[in-house]
Amino acid sequence: MISSTLGVWNYWIVFFLMMIGLFLVIGRKNLLKKIVGLTIFQTSVFLLYITFGKIQGGTPPILNNINETVYSNPLPHVLILTAIVVGVATTALGLSLVLRINSEYGSIEEEDISAQDLIDYHDLIETSKKISVKFKK
Amino acid sequence: MDKNPILRIATKILFAPIILFGLYVQFHGDFGPGGGFQAGVIVASAFILYAIVFGLEKGKELFPLNINLFLLALGGILYGGVGIVSMLLGDEFLSYNVLGSSKQAGQHIGILLVEFGVGLTVSNVMIALFYAFVDFKSSNGETK
Amino acid sequence: MIDIIIKNLPILVVLTPLMMSLIVVLISNNFLSWLLTLFTTLITFIFSLLLYQEVYLHTAISYALGNWVPPLGIEYLIDKVSIIPIIIIALISFLATFFASKIMPAEINNSSISKVYSLWLLAIAGLIGLVTTGDAFNLFVFLEISSLASVALVAMGGQKDKQALVAAYNYLILGAIGATFYVIGVGLLYGITGTLNLADLSNRIAEISDNKALIAGFGFMVIGIMLKAAVFPLHIWLPRAYAYAPSAVSVLLAATATKASLYILARILFSVFDISDNLVTYTLQYIILPLSILAMFAGTIMAIYEKDIKRLLAHSSIAQIGYITLAFAIGTKASVAAGFIHLFNHALIKGALFMAITSMGFYINKRITINNLSGLGRAMPITFVCFVICSLSLAGIPLTAGFISKLYIIKASISADGIWIAFLILASSALSVVYLWKMIEALWFHESPKVLNIKEKPEIYIALLMITFLNIYFGLDASIVVNSSFEAANQLLGVQK
Repeated sequence: MISSTLGVWNYWIVFFLMMIGLFLVIGRKNLLKKIVGLTIFQTSVFLLYITFGKIQGGTPPILNNINETVYSNPLPHVLILTAIVVGVATTALGLSLVLRINSEYGSIEEEDISAQDLIDYHDLIETSKKISVKFKK
Repeated sequence: MDKNPILRIATKILFAPIILFGLYVQFHGDFGPGGGFQAGVIVASAFILYAIVFGLEKGKELFPLNINLFLLALGGILYGGVGIVSMLLGDEFLSYNVLGSSKQAGQHIGILLVEFGVGLTVSNVMIALFYAFVDFKSSNGETK
Repeated sequence: MIDIIIKNLPILVVLTPLMMSLIVVLISNNFLSWLLTLFTTLITFIFSLLLYQEVYLHTAISYALGNWVPPLGIEYLIDKVSIIPIIIIALISFLATFFASKIMPAEINNSSISKVYSLWLLAIAGLIGLVTTGDAFNLFVFLEISSLASVALVAMGGQKDKQALVAAYNYLILGAIGATFYVIGVGLLYGITGTLNLADLSNRIAEISDNKALIAGFGFMVIGIMLKAAVFPLHIWLPRAYAYAPSAVSVLLAATATKASLYILARILFSVFDISDNLVTYTLQYIILPLSILAMFAGTIMAIYEKDIKRLLAHSSIAQIGYITLAFAIGTKASVAAGFIHLFNHALIKGALFMAITSMGFYINKRITINNLSGLGRAMPITFVCFVICSLSLAGIPLTAGFISKLYIIKASISADGIWIAFLILASSALSVVYLWKMIEALWFHESPKVLNIKEKPEIYIALLMITFLNIYFGLDASIVVNSSFEAANQLLGVQK
């Protein structure tokens, strides 16, 4: 039982990173830290795929003319190359949004931002209400 | 940073070898580990290093924004173009076999062009990202 | 030439907007970039109609990318199911582009318009690709292309209202989590079966029974896609993203973005996995069905209390997504068909409502709230009439498209022994009349505080008229939509029953 649980330590690493990442995304109120969490979360998935691709005793998948060579599975690596590019795009877009939010709101803490949003939202409704009240008189 | 002679000279010496190494990784991708993604990042790092050491203005002089945008799109168009050519030659999208005189030659040409397109786009996206982040002006920053 | 086009239609329908987005970004003239975008979406729409014809004249088209035979290579699969969302997306993107001509320059800085159109085409390409592809990982890539492009489009609203940035940020984070969940699921399934092709995956899953990794993979995939499709408790990103996006973008996203994800959800539930499997049955019965019913009421009630009109429409979208998932969850052929009918009709209805509201916002040049709607209806009669027709369609009044879809959902739920579900649908529809009436009342019966001198521009209302006409047309003669949806349901649920 113990050996079968610890024997798959690579999955434990994946699992550990995944939970850290997800916790950071959900638990942190700082927009930048959320992106850090997201990156860790995505990286854990990359590791998950790479783990699938490893075959014990497998060589790199380049033809070597020896019969019965065991090759590692190259497909997960290719998939992850694509996923890394997607991850870079997500991170870049997220960081640029954080920059813009910081310059508009002067803060990257979720609470400050939602407080400012709430004020704006009430302003929007109240001002328009005043106009219609004036007219009724 | 542009006052420091060590950085300036090191950058000038390194600039060409970095690009050369990028090209090596790019074209070695046919026979071994390598390819457009990695090469693109390496080539971009040369330009980014230049811009870090000599300043953004000099960097943009060396590699202007509009050329950057143009090459960025060109890489993608090259990739799609290979696919469209293979369609026009009567095969499926991105089917390299029809591109050359034999199957092998076709595969060779196809993967070379596609990877070159990828490399072009990746390097230019990296440079564009660098420019965008460095050049970002806070709307509050000017008033404060 | 025609031969080549016909042969390569499945890829062309994705490739055209994808390539053109790269060309549009280089054009500095704003009008020209709009014209090119319009032209591209028109071509894409024509291609999608040709595909429809091909699929119905012949059979499903399987297209091997790069001539690599399907289970190994990436396959693009167009069948009677996937053609429906393709047509929706292509049609709406054409109408929305037409609508954008005057609206877009009013909200976006001159220098970034061509970039916005480039992202716009990229989002369309991503959405169509999402539906076309038959490869699980390729699907993820398109999922991310479309969602990153839409996030950037939503963030463009930040030039006018800073809240758009926060909306885009939340959309990005939740979208990325959804996509990553989906990839985890795909990874687990790949680990068990060793294949990424959706059709092959479904064959191999049928051979495996009782594998925990399979259940985990299924769960991750379904949750990821539900997050993307904004199914009720996972809808948090949607109202703000739609409300603060630039007007034209709201129209495009509200009508198409969640539809593609809903299609993927149906595909995973019914085609990759088998509906006779306990796993799927329990998921439908104990998770998706209750959540859909909650969505119907939660969305509608949130809409009733909402003051900001664009947000109100977004909340109502959540309720409408609830109807669609409800129809899927009942799980009979008739109900799945009804789900697809509503998928189509809701795209038309919500697209039209957003068009009407945002064009009002364009004329008075501020955010539309319930209070400053007063008297706008009298000032712009054409927009108002279209708005009323589409509201009736949303509420499900006869002679409109909305009626047809409600009718089929209710019929399907009754025939599946769910009379109480039919009652709940009727109750929720009745509640939706509350918020619709609230808007119409303000538009027509309240007097405007100041004299509104508005001249409606044909560039803006022609697209609105077209989509309203479609709403009525598909209410009068729904045979095309209904037949295609039943064909789709037959194919999805296929063998058994």
